[in-house]
Amino acid sequence: METILKIEGLSKHFLLHDQTKLIPSCANVDLSVNAGQLTALVGPTGAGKSSVLKCVYRTYLPSGGRILYRDGSGHSIDLAQASEHQMLQLRHAEIGFVTQFLHCLPRKSALDVVAEPLLTRGENREVAQGKARELLALLRVPERLWAVPPATFSGGEKQRVNLARGLIARPRLLLLDEPTASLDPATTDRVVELLQAIKREGVAMLAIFHHPDLVRRLGDRVIELAPPVAVTDLLETCAS
Amino acid sequence: MKKILEVRNLTKIHGRGCPQCIDSTGPEADTNICPHCGSVVAAYGVSFDLHAGEILGIMGESGSGKSTVVKTLYFDDAPSAGEAIVFDEARQWNLFALNAAEQRWLRNHRLGMVYQNPHLGLNFNVSAGGNIAERLLMSDLAHYGEIRERARRLLARTEVLPERMDESPKKFSGGMQQRVQIAKALATQPPLLYLDEVTTGLDLSVQARILDLILEIQQELNTAMIVVTHDLGVIRLLAGRTIVMKYGRIIESGLTDQILEDPQHAYTQRLVASAL
Amino acid sequence: MNPNYELPLDEADYSFGFLDEFAKREVRRTILKAISIPGYQTPYASREMPMGRGFGTGGLQLTLSLIGQDDTLKVIDQGSDDSVNAVNLRHFVELTCPGVNTTERTTEATLIQSRHRIPEVDLTESQVLILQVPYPDPLVVVEPSEAKRKVMHGEGDYSRLLTKLYEDIVQFDEITISHRYPTRINGHYVIDPSPIPRYDVPRLYRSKALILLGAGREKKIYAVPPYTVTEPLAFDDVPFRTEDFRDANGHRRACGRCGATDSFLDELIAEDGSKAWQCSDSDYCNQRLAELAQEVSA
Repeated sequence: METILKIEGLSKHFLLHDQTKLIPSCANVDLSVNAGQLTALVGPTGAGKSSVLKCVYRTYLPSGGRILYRDGSGHSIDLAQASEHQMLQLRHAEIGFVTQFLHCLPRKSALDVVAEPLLTRGENREVAQGKARELLALLRVPERLWAVPPATFSGGEKQRVNLARGLIARPRLLLLDEPTASLDPATTDRVVELLQAIKREGVAMLAIFHHPDLVRRLGDRVIELAPPVAVTDLLETCAS
Repeated sequence: MKKILEVRNLTKIHGRGCPQCIDSTGPEADTNICPHCGSVVAAYGVSFDLHAGEILGIMGESGSGKSTVVKTLYFDDAPSAGEAIVFDEARQWNLFALNAAEQRWLRNHRLGMVYQNPHLGLNFNVSAGGNIAERLLMSDLAHYGEIRERARRLLARTEVLPERMDESPKKFSGGMQQRVQIAKALATQPPLLYLDEVTTGLDLSVQARILDLILEIQQELNTAMIVVTHDLGVIRLLAGRTIVMKYGRIIESGLTDQILEDPQHAYTQRLVASAL
Repeated sequence: MNPNYELPLDEADYSFGFLDEFAKREVRRTILKAISIPGYQTPYASREMPMGRGFGTGGLQLTLSLIGQDDTLKVIDQGSDDSVNAVNLRHFVELTCPGVNTTERTTEATLIQSRHRIPEVDLTESQVLILQVPYPDPLVVVEPSEAKRKVMHGEGDYSRLLTKLYEDIVQFDEITISHRYPTRINGHYVIDPSPIPRYDVPRLYRSKALILLGAGREKKIYAVPPYTVTEPLAFDDVPFRTEDFRDANGHRRACGRCGATDSFLDELIAEDGSKAWQCSDSDYCNQRLAELAQEVSA
């Protein structure tokens, strides 16, 4: 199995200047994700699971370690060091991120929100909207909502729109941060089926699930994270 | 993605300048006025790249030098030092080495600017359509019917009612004036567009529609843009990458979501914290 | 100052007539430069003339620096040799330049100083037409700063002038400029061809006579050298048009005096309040009348 992502000794901490505080988020994370497999991150709240995903996506700047990604043309890139333009290019073409929350244009219809990743890749509007309809239907988003901006949707509806948007372009590496947190069991089953289908297509996934059952059903590997050393300890270490 | 603009060490000092200007100003010195000679260091050592179809945000408060950067890149202001190259199809333009006629040509044909103050971007003595006609005439189009048709299409695209194209922009609302400015800037389909605080001072609902329009245009025409603003909301909505400036210096740059969620510099942290 | 300085030999008749030789040299040098750069508004040291600025001092300085004893001068104002201004200018030259001939006949003149018109009869290579210009810069209507105008001229940037034409068509469905129509000379500079009507603009095109334009108050001289290509600014699909003098029925009006249907007509209000039309070029009208009289008597 081809290894798509290999993280070595990743750490992330935040330096808050105004409070002169150093807040550790995750430390010494090692993991790998293979094509067509799902690696699940587990651990208590505050263990830095989301931070790992955000470091991979460069929403956070990693503080240390390496994030080696093998891109579509076989080159290995350290995402911790990649240039901004390289990151944008990878986000555009290869790496997708589905978060708990939907960040999108407040005035776009749900259908357009979902179709957008395909449009920016140069797909024509008809095809993109066709696929968006399929996915929205599959994820049981009521059809009456498709033309409405998702801002007014319920949490579960928003999350489904978000998932559809993340899945539509079939990235090589998909980052999932509690994608089913507010879904009902029936829809969750649909999502699980969908993710399994995507895995069979060879998409590599790094995921956080709120429910252990989902880890069991979808995870090929499980990585357990522990909360990093407390702030005071770290500051003392720094001081000494 | 191909590079369209490369800026290196762009510097603008207003005043005679002295050897201590640079060391005595900037974020650490907490001023952009040199205490020794009184010169204003509006921008110093500004370097960045812009790729085709990309939107770059330049964020900062007034006096940070963010507008100075686009003004020099649009030839509204001459820089004191530095280099900027526009990569335009097969050609390269070394902006500050061009003569006045070449600068004018480039400005008319390949660059566009939308100012915060519509008086700077529009001629209020001629109609809205005439403003667009002027830019088309500058680029050597001399067919009245075609000019009119293109002006009508551009105004329709920026949601200005075509039946108002023969009215003076004087009679338009602030939001409409910005739409006419955008239409004018787009008239020659420039690959590079500068937007200087375009929504500042407009009603929120008007702001939102103009921002939508800018995004739509960027997606339709793949126009590269530099968006200068002090508004984090505008940056969040438009820019893929962001530069943060203070007292004429770049203090931080990164992907926009990283700047907003994991700002590194104390100033940016304060800026982001105060907005959320 | 060099006290031993002697004036060079006056081979070119420099010390003839009203202007001193320094003034003449200045104007003549400027004329040469203006001819070399067709359409370029060449600045010069305009002299005080014994008449108010704006009464043709620019044209008069050109005339006085060119005129010699062998020349025959014609002066017209609004096409007429008899208007007060033309009579006074002609009289002034007669007084100050002894031996110079004056005429009212276009064909006899070697120098023609004019305001508002180009004579109806085609000029020849041996004639010079001098036009008095009140406002030499066509860009003055769109740009108040002279420094900026100079840059615009230098770069051939006339888009704002064209924008004005665009606005005209938008408002009135046609270009409404009646005189001083901006005209591009030799493919670059756009000039204000003095207050000649649109009707006369095409007659600048490849004119056999040298045309000199002088603005005394604005201190500028410019030239349309013989056989120069001139082109009035227009759009590809809205071509330049001259006045056609058609009545409500589409018939070309004729001169009420000589019956000409091929001349520029002045509109006159008769004593009974009715309108009448007459040739603006009085010499042309008179010549036609004389020919008609001959035909009748023959």
